Amino acid sequence: MASLLVRGGRFVDPSQNIDRVASLLLREGVVVAIDPPDVHADEVIDATGMIVSPGLVDMHVHLREPGREEDETIETGTAAAIVGGFTSIACIPNTEPPIDTQGAVEFIHQKAVRADHCNVFVVGCVSRNREGKELAEIGQLVEAGAVAFSDDGAPVYDAELMRRAFEYCLMFDKPILAHEEVLELSRGGVMHEGLVSLVLGLTGMPAAAEEVLIGRDAALAEVTGGRLHVMHVSTAGGVALVRAAKARGVRITAEACPHHFTLTDECMWGFDSNFKMSPPLRTAVDVEGVIEGIVDGTIDCIATDHAPHAREKKMLELDRAPFGILGLETALGLSVTRLVATGRIGWPRLIEAMSVLPSRILGINRGTLRIGSIADITIIDPIQRWQVDVGTFKSKSVNSPFDRWTLEGRAVATIVGGRIKHRLL
Amino acid sequence: MSSSLPQQKVVPSAWTHRHLLDLKRLTSDEIKLLLDTTAMFKEATDGCRRKLSVLSGATIANLFFESSTRTRTSFSLAARRLGADVVDFSAVGSSLSKGESFIDTAKNIEAMGIDAVVVRHQTPGTPHLLSQHLNVGVINAGDGPHEHPTQGLLDIFSIRERLGDLKGITVAMVGDIAHSRTARSNFWGLTKLGAKVIFCGPPTLVSPRWAELGAEVSHDLDAILPRCDCLNLLRIQFERQSTRPFPSVREYAHLYAMNKQRLAGAKKDLLILAPGPINRGVEVTADVADCPQSLILNQVTNGIAVRMAVLWLTCGPRSHSSGKTL
Repeated sequence: MASLLVRGGRFVDPSQNIDRVASLLLREGVVVAIDPPDVHADEVIDATGMIVSPGLVDMHVHLREPGREEDETIETGTAAAIVGGFTSIACIPNTEPPIDTQGAVEFIHQKAVRADHCNVFVVGCVSRNREGKELAEIGQLVEAGAVAFSDDGAPVYDAELMRRAFEYCLMFDKPILAHEEVLELSRGGVMHEGLVSLVLGLTGMPAAAEEVLIGRDAALAEVTGGRLHVMHVSTAGGVALVRAAKARGVRITAEACPHHFTLTDECMWGFDSNFKMSPPLRTAVDVEGVIEGIVDGTIDCIATDHAPHAREKKMLELDRAPFGILGLETALGLSVTRLVATGRIGWPRLIEAMSVLPSRILGINRGTLRIGSIADITIIDPIQRWQVDVGTFKSKSVNSPFDRWTLEGRAVATIVGGRIKHRLL
Repeated sequence: MSSSLPQQKVVPSAWTHRHLLDLKRLTSDEIKLLLDTTAMFKEATDGCRRKLSVLSGATIANLFFESSTRTRTSFSLAARRLGADVVDFSAVGSSLSKGESFIDTAKNIEAMGIDAVVVRHQTPGTPHLLSQHLNVGVINAGDGPHEHPTQGLLDIFSIRERLGDLKGITVAMVGDIAHSRTARSNFWGLTKLGAKVIFCGPPTLVSPRWAELGAEVSHDLDAILPRCDCLNLLRIQFERQSTRPFPSVREYAHLYAMNKQRLAGAKKDLLILAPGPINRGVEVTADVADCPQSLILNQVTNGIAVRMAVLWLTCGPRSHSSGKTL
């Protein structure tokens, strides 16, 4: 395989505490040298003025295949990922059928290899058929390559089953990715319960519906010593619960989604179903709470919860339209715009949250550009302003409320295993 | 049949809306214009009994995704009193039960050449969604617990007819505020016209957060009753509640039903409204529902006048755009 030199960029790799201008030499899909003295490479990318980062990792993506190929496929979802700067994604198993067998895991891997865009890591079901009744064959799934376990889309509702899942996963050292929602409290809900839902007469999903289950699962992780990863934390109270659990030594990590630190329930005034997702958009206080969590590290990482839905499904009455929002192609721009450009966090923290820590949580050999590691690299123009146009999205769906937004920061090259998969430079 | 209106012959230029989706975003002047137009139609039709021809040639479609007898009948009568044709579509038995989306259904009806759609739906925001997809006027006839602007207007019109100015009066809305579109439309309309609104009922049905929007929140009907000029008794909407918000109907009636004893503690000229249908014995006892201060039947008549005004303003010839006169 050819060699590739990425020259002159600001190399930010928090896994090695590096933040300086440096050149990277890649050969055979591996990082072979940092600042090589006397370079000859087959291809050179001049990254002057750019950020050169370990490839971004999105640990929360709904690829929809198998079963709902009208919304997204492994091919289109991974194509969207590389445009968004992601070299690796983890796909959530709420497909039809759910990913709860070795065969299903292998199917995803094969499709991803055939699509040949980015790496796809598979999250397996916690419970058989995602029914929340008995454990899926977690050991078998681990053997097939599953990196974590989740019944996302729904919580693991039976507290005893959740406890067993934490205990059982101990022997594989795999985390449980938890969707936290007390269903009785959010039943029929389409948005956050607050002043806006009160005025609009829409059924609300109270913050307590999320927080009560975060509290339960933190307690279960504590008694079992299991690993809990809280997905899409959306409330200030949820962030506080994670912070408190971390302080007392619970093995807990958490993610936040760009829409939850960008938008509020005020977006629902126009009844647009593109703003309908679960957990819902919360209040300005919650947005600030989530950002503070990212700043102080309570929230370890940023994940998209990329949830495509075909246009006709979203064009229904609000209570019939499905929950979900696209994320892959806007996550980096939103994160830079909301967090870095505003001075809330620096580039090292952003890259930690979008590459280093999700890799560490999933236990995958990514999120670092140490010599000898796999050459997954994202090159980011930190100040490029660009306009979102859902018409150009690689995703099969268009359910993004960010259409026509101007964002700052963009992936200008995505390199997967030493091969350039996306390039605007 | 009278072919013209006594005073105004054109839609006033102060009315700029193509749709009537809610009262929240109307100005007080726009609400007053709607009420004045209602008064004009009530007079011109001799109390909604005579027929005009100001909308002859127009076709109004009633698109009801949720069952309704009185609102649909009221809209139909209003349209016919203006000389318009009316077509009724109900969700049951139409293509909707065959899986067609409601937007496709509405577009099909639009393609049949209609001038306005009157829509009722169980989901808040559905009329707003339709207004973005159709090129005809959309009138909200009730969208879930969100708003029911013509009901709000007819309640306010009925009060104004008795009391004149609304500024400074106190109107209590009692009962199931949480699920009531009537409560929300009344709240915005009354507040904009300077009235004070009290929401009264158990905390499971009256959010304390209404206070942040300017309403007074009370859980004690007897305590607020002496201050009220008007009571609007809302129906308990058992069908919209997922869990029962109070232990029993008996207990609810004990705390909140308007009966003769309670009436004794109120102002002598207290007005009583109910948007209907009413559960006699739950929100209001029969003797109170039929007492002289009850406006319940006036409301029904005024409903037709309000809907005439709304239909005329939203699909009548526009002085400011076409320059046509009636």
